[in-house]
Amino acid sequence: MSGAVLRAQGLGKRYRGRWALSDCTLEVPEGRVVGLVGPNGAGKTTLLSLAAGLLTPTSGTIEVCGGRPGADRAQLAKVGFVAQDTPTYARLTVAEHLTLGARLIPSWDMRLARERVRRLGLPPDQRAGNLSGGQRAQLALTLAVAKRPRLLILDEPVAALDPLARREFLQELSDATAGREISVVHSSHLVSDVERVCDHVIVLVGSRVRVAGDVRGLLAAHHLVRAPHLDPAALPPGVHAVSADRTDRQTTLLVRADAPIDGHGWAVAPVGLEDLVLAYMSRSTPALEGHR
Amino acid sequence: MIWLAWRQFRTQAAVVFGATAVLAALLAATGPRLVHLYHAHGRAFLDELGGTESSLYLIGTFAVLFTPALVGTFWGAPLVTRELDAGTHRLAWTLTTRTRWLVTRLGVVGLAAMAATGLLSLAVTWWSDPIDAAIAENSGGPGPGVFLLPRMHFLIFDTRGVVAIGYAAFAFVLGVTIGVIVRRTIPAMAVLLVLFTVTQATMALGVRSHLLPPEHVTTRISSANLTLIDITGNLTVTIDKPGAWIVSQHTVNAAGQVVSPPSWVEKCPLQTRQGSHACFDRLTALGYRQLISYHPAGRFWTFQWEETAIYLALALLLGGFCTWWLRRLS
Repeated sequence: MSGAVLRAQGLGKRYRGRWALSDCTLEVPEGRVVGLVGPNGAGKTTLLSLAAGLLTPTSGTIEVCGGRPGADRAQLAKVGFVAQDTPTYARLTVAEHLTLGARLIPSWDMRLARERVRRLGLPPDQRAGNLSGGQRAQLALTLAVAKRPRLLILDEPVAALDPLARREFLQELSDATAGREISVVHSSHLVSDVERVCDHVIVLVGSRVRVAGDVRGLLAAHHLVRAPHLDPAALPPGVHAVSADRTDRQTTLLVRADAPIDGHGWAVAPVGLEDLVLAYMSRSTPALEGHR
Repeated sequence: MIWLAWRQFRTQAAVVFGATAVLAALLAATGPRLVHLYHAHGRAFLDELGGTESSLYLIGTFAVLFTPALVGTFWGAPLVTRELDAGTHRLAWTLTTRTRWLVTRLGVVGLAAMAATGLLSLAVTWWSDPIDAAIAENSGGPGPGVFLLPRMHFLIFDTRGVVAIGYAAFAFVLGVTIGVIVRRTIPAMAVLLVLFTVTQATMALGVRSHLLPPEHVTTRISSANLTLIDITGNLTVTIDKPGAWIVSQHTVNAAGQVVSPPSWVEKCPLQTRQGSHACFDRLTALGYRQLISYHPAGRFWTFQWEETAIYLALALLLGGFCTWWLRRLS
């Protein structure tokens, strides 16, 4: 595991007396495609806006690619940001958006941008205001990717898209980042979006990291356990209950285990990422230590 | 960044510069006749001007008067708020720094505002020049028809010369600044109009006359120069200074102290009309004089440049404040 591309320490942001994010501490590993998952109001958008330099912290610190977000042009060039609702200039054409990038960003890759626009079938002379939601999102992604950033931040880019456009966008995202020296943070309140593209997941609830880690590692360490009577408090050492679901006839636990847990007479089944994330989201207990 | 600033602005610029060009063409077509008439007939030519000239005189004057406010309202106030409404600031501010983004746009749109207003004001000034000269020669009395006021008068001063350039720059930056603080377009426009109007009124009625120390003249009060006795008994007289701006006037006694004129003065004009000069003669014999503070007409351009400099300096200061505020906006 290399260093962290984003590091937040006790980070807080207050709007008009209300804390949108408070005392948030997390790290985003470099070179990964990270899904930031959490319910609405968890502070995802605030966190990512702080990372993009659109907001300044009320308390704590945040460091992105080794610098203060939005500090100067060099820092801006390191981070590609696709904001929520993928804003573009409605009166500017697709081609003009590319010109804009070329004029403002020193590291701008015009060949990559043109190639993407052509492949996606975005009409260059079309005004962005006349594009469909999916096309607009693709244009916004193109602008962020053609910067050749070290870190690509996407804040719920597909939230407003229909399922087909959503799938196409996520596919494009995978293609755009595959085989590149680029880290990605992608927020969503839908686990299925994250599952499709991410290899690392961070679950954020109420500004706190509930669980964070490599997707495969998390799936390997978590199991669904079923038995007629199971007391979550009386599990063997190294096995921790994340959530419990009881009926009259049997108890189902989602457990985290550091070692194989066969041989206790339980029915053990693998767990899906969605169930895993939801189990951590709905826990009322404090965060477990993250898995790497 | 200049490219983006211009690209976002070019439609509005085309509309305003187009309108300015149309008005300038109208003035250019009708202006030479005014010059010719003035040379031929002197100040009496005002009486020969018809509806077309009257309309153009009013249109030109009001156009220059309102352009700075319009610039502030429709170019200044929405400059940032429109981006905040559309969310496009989240795109722009990840492509370039806020400071560069704002300073460039302030520069491009601000210079365009100054250029448009300046062209308009200079065209109107040139066109109105024979009329303004003729009005000034009336020595304080109003001219005929709509051609009432000399260019030193506060209602006309704003619409001649270079001062409108300063107003436009100031109104524009003020609009942007209010937009950055209020963050909503319509309230920002409303606040701008109120603040700008208050600033203009304060400058015209309170500050301007103090930019230079006024000159003073003491004159005897006669039937020839007395124009008004108001209900408190104070007198208004005219002075033989064409186009001068009278700031204040008081009646003084033989010792030079400011006093209320004797109440019997109100009977003087009637007695004079009946053929007796005794009343005014008595006033003079008792030592009553009128002390008048005024700015001569020749100071017009000094006032113009001073006020333009003040407004440009205010615009620069506001621009700095606005940039600072935007940087800490989040």
